[in-house]
Amino acid sequence: MKPEINDIWKVLGEIEDPEIPVISIVELGVVRDVSWNGDELVVSMTPTYTGCPAMKAMEDDVREVLNELHIEKFTIKTVLSPPWTTDWITDEAREKLREYGIAPPLKTSADKLSLMGRSRDISCPRCGSRHTSMISQFGSTACKALYRCEDCREPFDYFKCI
Amino acid sequence: MNNSEKFEYLLRLGDNVLILGQRLSEWCGHGPALEEDIALTNHALDYLGQATLLLKHAGETEGAGRDEDQLAFLRDAPEFRNCLIVELPVGDYAFTVARQFVFSTWYELVLEQLLNSTDEFLREFAAKSIKEARYHKQHAQDWVLRLGDGTDESHSRMQKAFDEIWNYTPELFEMDELEKSAVAAGVGPDLNEIRTAWSEKMKETLQAATLQMPADGWGHKGGKRGNHTEHLGYILADMQFLQRAYPNARW
Repeated sequence: MKPEINDIWKVLGEIEDPEIPVISIVELGVVRDVSWNGDELVVSMTPTYTGCPAMKAMEDDVREVLNELHIEKFTIKTVLSPPWTTDWITDEAREKLREYGIAPPLKTSADKLSLMGRSRDISCPRCGSRHTSMISQFGSTACKALYRCEDCREPFDYFKCI
Repeated sequence: MNNSEKFEYLLRLGDNVLILGQRLSEWCGHGPALEEDIALTNHALDYLGQATLLLKHAGETEGAGRDEDQLAFLRDAPEFRNCLIVELPVGDYAFTVARQFVFSTWYELVLEQLLNSTDEFLREFAAKSIKEARYHKQHAQDWVLRLGDGTDESHSRMQKAFDEIWNYTPELFEMDELEKSAVAAGVGPDLNEIRTAWSEKMKETLQAATLQMPADGWGHKGGKRGNHTEHLGYILADMQFLQRAYPNARW
């Protein structure tokens, strides 16, 4: 018997991001589509950054849960278009990121200044101060920049926009 | 463009980012500051990701059953189609910055044009990659300004780096038969048209960095057709060692 698409989404929604375990790969916006093509399940996924090494781990995790659901025929398709954007990260996931200590991405339109390192909108995830500055546009993973809070003096990761 | 021309064209794009990514990864653990070490390895990762997409598609276009790994690890130097500029040794940090600025400014302009390619894959690829390319260019530009308009030492090293690399820039704009047929098919950009925008960007930034823009002159060429400098062989020896010594080894 074929599991319902909604149930498959639910199970995929329990797969954690390998690098940020507080949000799921569905909340991250990496799973784009799940559909039956006859008796074959097609899961479409899109990379965050082209070289993101976590993509491979995410695909392996998807494979594992599909096997657990006893889905015999499935393919995992990589789609590039439309390109992944941080705008797809759900509001709920943004709050989880902040609680975890990662400043969530601004909506892309608001992020223009942060690309130049002059944003006044990136708040410290610890103390909430907006008095922050960029240390480096490139951080611990491809998707993060390194910031510092000028008030509580703590460094923090910012999930940068693309 | 027929499939064999398109295959060659994809190799040019893919080998540029593959070899530059491999070069930049040499800074891993050797960056002048931790933040820069991390920044350049991030760049390397983006380039390798882009190379994977391009070479995978090249392999499918060729139709001879080669995948991206086989193309990366089992071709010898004369079969590589990258421009010479990306295979030059990393040099000092000024040289790395100069190359990044020259290349990433050019690359962003190329990707901008590829957004309108008649080739669906290249359109999608460009839309994805241009977001990464913009971060790379911004990073390089910041360092050109900081080092050029910095101390006497950083200024002279930055100037020397641009002087050394300048003769490798004309190849980026070389329009040979393959580039012309890509333009005719609406697949790829006319590199002559990009050159004006590129030169203006160079002039503006070098001036702001108190640097002299080197005069245009004779340029090294040949990489696009497989005639490389001696440096490429050393990169490949390093990059391909595992697959050559242990054929078909997998993680």
